Amino acid sequence: MNKPFESTAMTSNPITNDQRYIGVSEPRHKARRLLEGQGTYVDDIVLPRMAHVVYWRSPVAHMKVVKIHSEVARKMPGVLAVVDGVQMAEICKPWVATLGHMVGMKSAPQYALAIDRACWQGEPVVAVVAKTRAQAEDALQYIDVEWEELPPVVSMETALDPSTPLIHPELGDNLCFTRSLEVGQVDEVFANADVVVEKTFGFGRHTGVTLEPRCQIADYNPGNKSLTVYHSQQAPHMMQDLYCRQFDLSESDVQVICKDVGGSFGIKVHAYPDDFATVGLAILLGRPVKFVADRLESFTSDIHAREHRVKGRIAANHAGDILAFEIDDLTGIGPYSMFPRTSAIEGNQVVNLVGGPYKHQHYRAKLNVVFQNKAPTCQYRGVGHPIACAVTEGLVDLAAQKLQIDPLEFRKRNVIPDDAYPCTGASGIKLEVLSHEECLRVIEKMMDYPALRKEQDELRKQGIYRGIGFATLIELTNPSPAFYGVGGARIASQDGATARLDPSGVVTVLIGVGEQGQGTEAIYAQIAADGVGVSIDDVRIVTGDTSVTPYGGGTWASRGAGVGGEAVLLACQALQENILKLAGAILNRPVDDLMVYRGTILDRATKAELLPFTEIGRIGYFRTDTLPTGFSADLMVTRHYTQKEYPFIFTNGVQASYVDVDPETGFVTLLKHWAVEDCGRVLNPMLVDEQVRGAIVQGIGGVLFEECLYDESGLLRNGSMADYLVPMANEMPDIEVAHVQTPTLSSKLGAKGAGEAGTAGAPAAVQNAVNDALSAFNASVFDQPITPEKILRALGKLS
Amino acid sequence: MSLKKKISMTVNGEAVSAEIDPRRHLVDFLREDLFLKGPHLGCEQGACGACTVKVNGQIIRGCLFLAVQADGSIVETIEGATKSGALEDLQNAFMRHNAMQCGFCSSGMLLAAAELIEKQPHATRAQVREWISGNYCRCTGYHSIVNAIVDVLSARANA
Repeated sequence: MNKPFESTAMTSNPITNDQRYIGVSEPRHKARRLLEGQGTYVDDIVLPRMAHVVYWRSPVAHMKVVKIHSEVARKMPGVLAVVDGVQMAEICKPWVATLGHMVGMKSAPQYALAIDRACWQGEPVVAVVAKTRAQAEDALQYIDVEWEELPPVVSMETALDPSTPLIHPELGDNLCFTRSLEVGQVDEVFANADVVVEKTFGFGRHTGVTLEPRCQIADYNPGNKSLTVYHSQQAPHMMQDLYCRQFDLSESDVQVICKDVGGSFGIKVHAYPDDFATVGLAILLGRPVKFVADRLESFTSDIHAREHRVKGRIAANHAGDILAFEIDDLTGIGPYSMFPRTSAIEGNQVVNLVGGPYKHQHYRAKLNVVFQNKAPTCQYRGVGHPIACAVTEGLVDLAAQKLQIDPLEFRKRNVIPDDAYPCTGASGIKLEVLSHEECLRVIEKMMDYPALRKEQDELRKQGIYRGIGFATLIELTNPSPAFYGVGGARIASQDGATARLDPSGVVTVLIGVGEQGQGTEAIYAQIAADGVGVSIDDVRIVTGDTSVTPYGGGTWASRGAGVGGEAVLLACQALQENILKLAGAILNRPVDDLMVYRGTILDRATKAELLPFTEIGRIGYFRTDTLPTGFSADLMVTRHYTQKEYPFIFTNGVQASYVDVDPETGFVTLLKHWAVEDCGRVLNPMLVDEQVRGAIVQGIGGVLFEECLYDESGLLRNGSMADYLVPMANEMPDIEVAHVQTPTLSSKLGAKGAGEAGTAGAPAAVQNAVNDALSAFNASVFDQPITPEKILRALGKLS
Repeated sequence: MSLKKKISMTVNGEAVSAEIDPRRHLVDFLREDLFLKGPHLGCEQGACGACTVKVNGQIIRGCLFLAVQADGSIVETIEGATKSGALEDLQNAFMRHNAMQCGFCSSGMLLAAAELIEKQPHATRAQVREWISGNYCRCTGYHSIVNAIVDVLSARANA
């Protein structure tokens, strides 16, 4: 086993020779326009002759489409077209979302607009296009669809029962994917363990609730068969590829432009049926068509996630060692696997991640991913992590409780030690380098754990019930092609960056990873400024345009900093080399005599100023006649980066939650939340802190408030922002964040991802804190969201 | 839908007249007819606060307010409030604290925060949290927004 990296020494080592921005809480580069109402979101864009589409969506969970009457709607003012699934299928091919490396996975062909059947409430069936949105909505009221209701499969628990109807009879059953994993001697270890604890964990369906709904404008030019799509999306090149394949266009004639994106969280990294339908309408009509989901459409047609039921157990011995984990995970994903990333990834992640922080050697997991007639689920911030973490950490707390060991001590004893890396976790995951022990030490100090326990004990004597909960976690980031590429999905895990010195001496960087608010462009500007050696004021970042940026994967799996950032660093360092070569040619001096310092070429020995970048730009672009024969200035360079050394670069961290539970009302008050995060080299502490905090609050929403509630007929009961409870400022605690920095050695930058760990750990920490408070009554709740009603039931105060 | 109504109002200091459908919401009138894209549409039912604008000095939900209701009123959007400089210290504090991510909530959040500072110049941290609870932000976790507002409250109190 390798020795740990000297983390402090590593991070204090600058990457560039005059590092001024990397690692500093620099205010977000070029973000002020967002505070002045000057962002450009898709709905802000107006094109000439632009039409507006609204969709008639299935009002029931499962139905046969008998006949569509659209005669009246077609005659309504401003209506340009009414298009059904049959017409749409003439130009847009159906898709089946599976991945080759997920053996045995199956799904059924899905169409842009439903043809014979609609399989969930919210599936688009008929498109109505009019000159204005209001006219389209008026006409929508006159679309009359005759349908026959078909029996819906609602509960995932009974989806595989022989008596349950099949959603897609041609598949033979309602099973999308199944996986079993067995490592070590699980039965033997459980049979002989001193302590075994078992629990069933429930997870309600969530959805992302991006404040800006999904939206796009498709614009087709029949003259040269080219398509331009303005899209609120995380992966523009992925969408370019999908549009070209589903509509038989040349990839190079499809341009996807993502300007400002009003929140994404994974909701906007998938290809939705209405994405294709809107493009199809632009092709059919030969004019731009805008689609903006309204909030009800968002709730019924954005992807959902996290509907899982996990039976878990843990084995430990009296000495306090965790010996084994076993889980059985069941998840319901809706009627189709979502295109193109598939809906089996989340469950698969749960299998990979349960027990992740710990050094046990025995592990068994079983996963069933089943179809049902609810909105399709897919990857949403944290993808499987919040579930795996809540199960693992819930079981760890239960075992500690049974062994009467302090939960923090129990974790310290069982985490994989910081000097054991690289190593492989029990599920087979490859861990490059983590810092669980250090993170636990930091959080203990940060929250003043002994004092907090004392306060908790004293208040309990006064009838005040407070709880402290921990969650140790790992998060997979910086994905290699092992995630999608090897399975046949054309989703790039590499990214490229182009760095260009403009004639004025400004550095412009073009990159495939875009901005959805994380501050991605800001860290690229910091890296570029240090990488080339200029002021950050002399940097411009261009993202989100497939016709302009190098090919790349976009934003997912916390890859923007680690993968995109590395590409920017490599490109900018290469640009600096070329600038030095040009300076050498201009000055007729060896390159080794020269150096770049803050936008100027210096004499390396004397530090005398020789040439400003404005002169480099002037000569490099306008007076190349003065350069030696055969010399090319090359003031624009492109570099690509793929993380290939590990399937993923894992990060780690620990969170703690302090709550008050009112045993009379079941209300939980969040008093404080702490997070210690190790995402390798921190590029901008202020931005990372906000990523962590925002993600924690999203996790808190899941553990306490959020759930897509369906009735027995498969109808969503709370499809509005008044009924689906999202966290608002008043209920949220202050969140303290600290960093341990253990850089990855798979890149020069050493950065790992930071976008999802907060969401991964918060539900477990809060769940454990609530149950710590409830332990005074020998009660517990492991069914999320943990509502006052569930708490009162656990306390026996509601029957 | 053909019964158009004539309205006049002052928007960001400029006199505006238009003939509009009585059903047109104020936020749609501002966005679609006047091309003021600062107020955003998040839920269209008054839950999220992204469409917040000021009418006669008070913040309102642009999606719950008809444009005809604003006839004869003084309307101000984030664009106008930026130009007048009224929000400058708040905008600076939001930048300093990174109190925004995607920016979709920011127009509404800033106008709501400005009204709090005006009405409760000595608001506590808890009162700040309560006040902005009508404005949804999915990105930040609110902590930095609260920090930024508290910063401006204390700077103005000490000014």
